[in-house]
Amino acid sequence: MAAATATRTAGRAASAQPRRRRRSAAPARVLLGWSAANLVIVGVALVPLLWLVSLSFKTPASITDGSFIPNEWTLENYRGIFRQSLFTRALLNSLGIALISTALAVALGSMAAYAIARLEFPGKRLLVGMALLIAMFPQISLISPLFNLWRILRIFDTWVGLIIPYLTFSLPLAIYTLSAFFREIPWDLEKAAQVDGATPAQAFLRVIAPLAAPGMVTTAILVFIFCWNDFLFAISLTSTERSRTVPAAIAFFTGASQFAQPIGSIAAAAVVITVPVLVFVLLFQRRIVAGLTSGAVKG
Amino acid sequence: MTTGRRAAPLSAPVRAQRRLAWALCAPAAVVILAVTAYPVAYAVYLSLQRYDLRFPNDSRFVGLANYTTVLTSPLWWEALAVTAVITVVSVAIELVVGLAVALVMHRAIVGRGLVRAVVLIPYGIVTVVAAFGWRYAWTPGTGYLSRLFGDATPLASQVWGIVVIISAEVWKTTPFMALLLLAGLALVPDELLRAAKVDGANAWQRLTRVTLPLMRPAILVALLFRTLDAFRIFDNIYVLTAGAYDTRSVSILGYDNLFTALNLGVGSSLSVLIFLVVALIAVIFVKGFGTAAPGGKTGR
Repeated sequence: MAAATATRTAGRAASAQPRRRRRSAAPARVLLGWSAANLVIVGVALVPLLWLVSLSFKTPASITDGSFIPNEWTLENYRGIFRQSLFTRALLNSLGIALISTALAVALGSMAAYAIARLEFPGKRLLVGMALLIAMFPQISLISPLFNLWRILRIFDTWVGLIIPYLTFSLPLAIYTLSAFFREIPWDLEKAAQVDGATPAQAFLRVIAPLAAPGMVTTAILVFIFCWNDFLFAISLTSTERSRTVPAAIAFFTGASQFAQPIGSIAAAAVVITVPVLVFVLLFQRRIVAGLTSGAVKG
Repeated sequence: MTTGRRAAPLSAPVRAQRRLAWALCAPAAVVILAVTAYPVAYAVYLSLQRYDLRFPNDSRFVGLANYTTVLTSPLWWEALAVTAVITVVSVAIELVVGLAVALVMHRAIVGRGLVRAVVLIPYGIVTVVAAFGWRYAWTPGTGYLSRLFGDATPLASQVWGIVVIISAEVWKTTPFMALLLLAGLALVPDELLRAAKVDGANAWQRLTRVTLPLMRPAILVALLFRTLDAFRIFDNIYVLTAGAYDTRSVSILGYDNLFTALNLGVGSSLSVLIFLVVALIAVIFVKGFGTAAPGGKTGR
């Protein structure tokens, strides 16, 4: 019904041209409306972040004043967390684990995505379907078995113990995003390389890989954010500073005394692990939007 | 994508191509299977055992006893109900708000880049960090929101606790929804909307009769993604209420069972049940609503 209307109206689209000028009849009001909507969105997105920034600059005395803007400013919260190995070690763990997982996911994902986007082989549908299944898998279902397995394999509370599940859960994301990007590559170049005597593997490494770099960067950012964000695996499969990542460590922060709430420290730590990622996200915003939507819409 | 090459016996290049394809996919497939299929099978095995981590030597096969324990426990049904409420309400709000945000981003003439940049902020924030922000905002004596509402303590009640949890979830994940819908919106041809306008359709009619029907596939995919994602909700609840005041989700229940009750047998049967519920939701979406599984058709 709707589709029928759509095709009927499509036929008249051409004749609509002369009347188009009417559209700008109330531009000021429309413009104002959209701008107001923009403003609301910007406000709602920013306020919770600004609140954490505000908390992180408050002094212990003023932290419970409930004011949105600090009345007394201090950097002590930031100095405090960088004095604690609980935080600095966690930061190192977070960075190391996320970077290694990202590198592995992009490497393995690129190989599989190349095959999916480019080659014909039996089992392709199965692989794509399996990746989809994993993307929606309830991670809590893995916590009990992995907790036990990792203790038996002695990789509980190690970097490897976190890298493995991160790799598994970021691979579907990597494969989807990368294969969507890979389909956009001008593959005639690959054929040309093969005509010139390159093997399929050489054609991949010498010709296609450089063209695929932007898609790989995008994928790397998405995967990194996924690993950086994880909390469930981080608290379940670690038990000490040795491999605890920042999100998990923050949950174990304590105040200066047992009775002091560690609000300032948590807020400062939150800002420290948020700001670099946000800068990155904003720098690469176009790519990230393309990456986030490519897998879902184009399939 | 299954064109050609069917009748003829496989030529050498085709075989070489297949070998290359399998070789390229093997590492990813092995990692995925090793960390999911095997542990799930192991979880099924564990769920049939009595396995208490405090008495590891006292483990033995108990059949479906763990499942009986879970399914007859009010805790499980309460957690399932809380999870269902959080999932349905937050995904519904996200769909409406996400669509509005997508429309603003799609139509905005000024500040389009700004909105897109700002919308990515909740996406880029670590969930736990955002949750702490919400928790302190609603902590009486500390938070601006609590002060704004006369020292309200919403995190100390089930209903308001869930409301705050949903708001935190919506804030964090609406951008993702909006971006998926924006991509769907881009597929609606402008001429159609213009033509509908010429035919006398008002803005609301154009949205409901032209835009939304054409966006149906994109909407269903976004809903499927977000529903299954919301069902796993853990981080927000852990930080906001830690499951107190009956605000446990099934994931929180599973976690508590393993690390507080130290019962691996019951914990594993919870894992299996959650997995089954998620599978059921996915089947309903794909079979019931005809959601095209992304990647289901790999051709363009």
